[in-house]
Amino acid sequence: MEASAAVAAPISAWRSNLATIGALMSRAKNELLRVPGAAIPGVLAPTIFFLGLNGVFGALTHLKGFTTGSYESFIVPVSMLQGAGFTGAAAGVNLARDIEQGWLDRLLVSPAPRWVLLAGTVLAASARSLIPATFVLGVALALGAGWPGIDGLLIAYFMVAAMAAVAACWGSMLALHFKSQSAAPLMQAGMMALILTTTAYAPLALLQGWLAKVARVNPVTQVVDAARQGFVGGVTWAETWPGVLALIGMLAVLGTLALREMRRTAV
Amino acid sequence: MTGLATNLRVVRALGMRSIRQTFRRPQLMAPIVVFPTLLLAIQTGGAGAAIHLPGFPPVQSFLQFMLAGAMMQSLMLAGNSGGIALAVDIEMGFTDRLFSSPIPRFAIVLGRLAGTAALGLFSALWFLAIGLIFGAEIVSGVPGALIAIVLVTACALAVGGIGAAIALRTGSASVVQGLFPLVLVVLFLSSAFFPESLMIQPAQAIAEYNPLSLVVNGIRNPMISGINASDLIDAVLAIAGIVVLGLVLSARALRHRLRVG
Repeated sequence: MEASAAVAAPISAWRSNLATIGALMSRAKNELLRVPGAAIPGVLAPTIFFLGLNGVFGALTHLKGFTTGSYESFIVPVSMLQGAGFTGAAAGVNLARDIEQGWLDRLLVSPAPRWVLLAGTVLAASARSLIPATFVLGVALALGAGWPGIDGLLIAYFMVAAMAAVAACWGSMLALHFKSQSAAPLMQAGMMALILTTTAYAPLALLQGWLAKVARVNPVTQVVDAARQGFVGGVTWAETWPGVLALIGMLAVLGTLALREMRRTAV
Repeated sequence: MTGLATNLRVVRALGMRSIRQTFRRPQLMAPIVVFPTLLLAIQTGGAGAAIHLPGFPPVQSFLQFMLAGAMMQSLMLAGNSGGIALAVDIEMGFTDRLFSSPIPRFAIVLGRLAGTAALGLFSALWFLAIGLIFGAEIVSGVPGALIAIVLVTACALAVGGIGAAIALRTGSASVVQGLFPLVLVVLFLSSAFFPESLMIQPAQAIAEYNPLSLVVNGIRNPMISGINASDLIDAVLAIAGIVVLGLVLSARALRHRLRVG
């Protein structure tokens, strides 16, 4: 009897935790449905970047050493990841707003563990990031970007969702540290810098000076290359696993730091 | 004479307030300095090989080419930030207090624009300093640098006029803030970041008619090739056009604001 109760308790705790995460994700979804305008900047910004960069730097494909003849195909995964970065950072801004308005205090006095509260925010950002990614992809395909194939598409979407989780951990960490929406530029600029200091504009061999050095060590370069492979060529495991590993590493580091800030947050 | 001196004092005081406000709020300063500097650094490294493309104008480096674009981006965002700050003043009732004080209405707008122009001056100096530190040469020397400074400052004032008009018309900071993506669109559709002849259609065709392309060329050419009177005149005329548009829109928006309160 006691043994079965001991097994049932953790199962019940997990169910309760999953229900809390689901409720927090549902709250984020409601926010989106009730204030659809709030999602527009997150959709608009990567689309503008995609159209702008394509119109301005499209001729770069004529350079010797460029890996594809279509700049739309080359740049679209970057714009999808940018959308993920913006969406994740926006999750941080929303958390800062919740802190300012006292909503987080109410969550902190609930019996839900801290990691559950963080997971709700992070997973909601992951799910939400698929909206700008799909929009940018639609625009890119309409303008002539190459079809990445089902496997390439699934890998790109996986990279986008996981990158949004990384960005949400970054945004949440800053929100919990500064406890103010004023930290928003730092959340956005940090993600933008992380995504653009990669092979975003051109292949590694064509990058110049400091950016070539930074792109070599920036883990997001592996994520960009993994998301891009289907658009510019074939999908291989050799191109995929470094991206997956980079995402696991970034999630582990930023997730731990965000959780540390969450645990330090006193009611 | 005394009236003019008083008005100038008001403009100076409001301009100083506007500058202090921007430097005190990181959310206003970040878009003017951090964002364009970050993009300049990334684009210089990311698209730097573009100078080897056939048809690219002869330049010492891509950084030298990009400086004018970064200045344009910064001044456009300064104009947008000025509009946001004015809208915040309207939302908080500060502008109402100014309206009820014995100062001319135009001084209120001019004060804000003076602050925006000062931020334009700061941005020109900032990017010139960055260019010189990282080895970009200003081909026409001090006169070329002075032309860039004057054109950037004047254009910031002109763009600030449009930001002020939108702030006065809407009275909403979030509406003015929402124009941020539009600033990027207008910039991408000009020769700010790449030579017009190498851009992809339809961006190339739009850039050809975008007055900001004329301003960018006026700032860039003294840096990369030499001073050309025709480019300068085109840039000055383009700025004058934006000033007139800003003045007309601001005057109408001010009348609207006074009517609706």
